[in-house]
Amino acid sequence: MIRFDNVSKRYPGGHEALSNLMLDIDSGELVFVTGHSGAGKSTLLRLIGLIERPTRGQVLVDKRSTRGIGRRGLAAYRRDIGMVFQDHKLLFDRTVFDNVALPLVITGMRPRDIGKRVRAALDQVDLLAKEKQRPETLSSGEQQRVGIARAIVARPKIVIADEPTGNLDPELSRGIMTLFERFRDIGVTLLIASHDMSLITEMGHRRITLDHGRLTADSANPSGQQAFEID
Amino acid sequence: MQAWIGRHAQTALASLGKLAESPLATVLTVLVIGVTLALPGALQVLVKNALTVSGGWQGATDFSMYLQPDIDRDAADQLGRLLASRADIEQVTLVDADEALEAFAANSGFGAALDALDNNPLPHALVVRPIASLSLEASALLKQELENLPEADIVQLDTEWVSRFQAMLQLVRRGILLAAGMLGLALLVVIGNTIRLDIQNRRDEIEIMQLVGASDGFIRRPFLYTGFWYGLAGGLAAVVLVAVATALLSGPVSALAGLYGGTWRLAGLDLRETAVLVAVGVGLGLAGSWLATARHMRRIEPK
Repeated sequence: MIRFDNVSKRYPGGHEALSNLMLDIDSGELVFVTGHSGAGKSTLLRLIGLIERPTRGQVLVDKRSTRGIGRRGLAAYRRDIGMVFQDHKLLFDRTVFDNVALPLVITGMRPRDIGKRVRAALDQVDLLAKEKQRPETLSSGEQQRVGIARAIVARPKIVIADEPTGNLDPELSRGIMTLFERFRDIGVTLLIASHDMSLITEMGHRRITLDHGRLTADSANPSGQQAFEID
Repeated sequence: MQAWIGRHAQTALASLGKLAESPLATVLTVLVIGVTLALPGALQVLVKNALTVSGGWQGATDFSMYLQPDIDRDAADQLGRLLASRADIEQVTLVDADEALEAFAANSGFGAALDALDNNPLPHALVVRPIASLSLEASALLKQELENLPEADIVQLDTEWVSRFQAMLQLVRRGILLAAGMLGLALLVVIGNTIRLDIQNRRDEIEIMQLVGASDGFIRRPFLYTGFWYGLAGGLAAVVLVAVATALLSGPVSALAGLYGGTWRLAGLDLRETAVLVAVGVGLGLAGSWLATARHMRRIEPK
C-alpha cells in the first residue's frame, strides 16, 4: 500500500531528516513509527500526505508514484488519506459537527448523507453529545478525538497520525489506540508516529524505529535493516 | 444540478454572513467602491443632460437668409410662404429691409450716417426656423438648399457653435470612459487588496481545507463570493449616490431653466445606465477577488 523507495529528504537548511529510507507497508497494516524527537517520524508521515516532497527517491501509494501528483491532483489524492495532527488543526469558528463534516462537504455530498456520516464518526470517538459545541470548549483529548473523527469520516484508505496521544493521559491514549485498531480491522492502513513506548509495546503491532533519519529497526523485518544501511 | 445550486447558495450566504460579522470594515470598503463608481456615473449623467440641453438648442436653430438686393418685398414674401410649406420648415418670418434699417439706426447710434445714404443698403431677409426634430445633417443639407436658391445671397446658421459644443461633449464623454477605465483599475486593486487581507486572515483555515483535500476551486469560491458581494453592494451604493446627487441638483437646475424660460428637467440614471453601473461593480468585484485568490492562495501551503 505504501512504499518508500530509497527516500531521502533534506530541508533547505541542509538538515537531512530522512536518509535512504526503504519501507513497505501492506494494506490493512497498523504501523507505529517511533524514535527520539527529530528522528524523522513527522517527515515520514508528511511525505505520505504530500505536505513535503522527497529530495531523492520516491514514495509510492497504492502502487502509484506520488512524484507525478501536481497541484491539481493533490486535493483528490489527500481525500484518500486521513490525517491526524498533534496540534489538532481544527477550525475554531465552527462547531464540532462542521469540523468533522469538512472532508465530506468538499466532495459535494448531500447534506442529509453528511449528517449521517458525521454522527457515525462522532459516535465512534464518543463525542456525539458535543456536536454543537465549538472546539475551544473541549478538552485537549476531546479536540484530538474531533481531529480523529474528521480523519476517518470520509472513509480513507490510509490514516496517518502524528503523535495522536501526545498530550493525553494513559487511559485516553489507550482508548484512541483501540479506536485505531478498529479502523485497521475494517481494512484501513494506519501509520502512527508516537514515542509512547510502553503503550506501543503493550499493543504489539509492527513497529519501525528511526534514528537521525535512518531506519534502525523494523519489528516485521528484524534482520533486514542491514540492507537499508548499505548505500 | 440542484445540489450544485444549493452549495453555491450556501457559500454565497456564508460569505455574506462573514461580511456582516465586521460591518464597519465592510461598509467602508463598499463606500470606497460606491464613491469610485459614482464618479464616472455622475459624469455620465452630466454629459447626458448637457447633450439634451444642447440638442434643444439645435432644434431651435434658426437660419438667417439674406436675399439678393434686387428681390422686392412681394417676391420675398412669396418665397417665405413657399418655404414655410415645406415639411422640414416650421416657420418663416420676413424681415423687411426698411424695418431692419430703422431698427439698426435706432440701436446702433449710426442714425446720422445712415441718413446720408440715398437708398437702403439692406436686403430683405427671411428667418427660417426648421422643425425641432431636424438632425444636424439634415439641417446642414437644408442650409445648402437654401443657399442654392437663386433669390438667396447669404444663409447663416447662427448657432454653429452648438455643433462644436456637442463635439466637445463627445470628447468629454471619451475622457470619462478613460477616467472610468482608470478608476476601474483602482477598484481592482482595492478589492484585490481587501480579499488578500481576508486570505491572510484565514490562512489557517485555508491550510486545513487543503489538508483534508479541498480543491483550489472549492477554497477560492467563498472569496469570489465575497468579491461579488462587495461589487454588488458598491454598484448599488454608486446608484444611490448618483440618485441623491441628481435629486439635490434638480431643484436649482429647474429654477435655472425657469429663468431661461425652459421647462427642462435634470435626468438621472436611466434603467440601462443603472444596470451597467451595478454590472460593472459586480464584474470588478469578481475580477478583483479572482486575481487576489489566483495570486495569493497558491502561496499558501500547509505546514
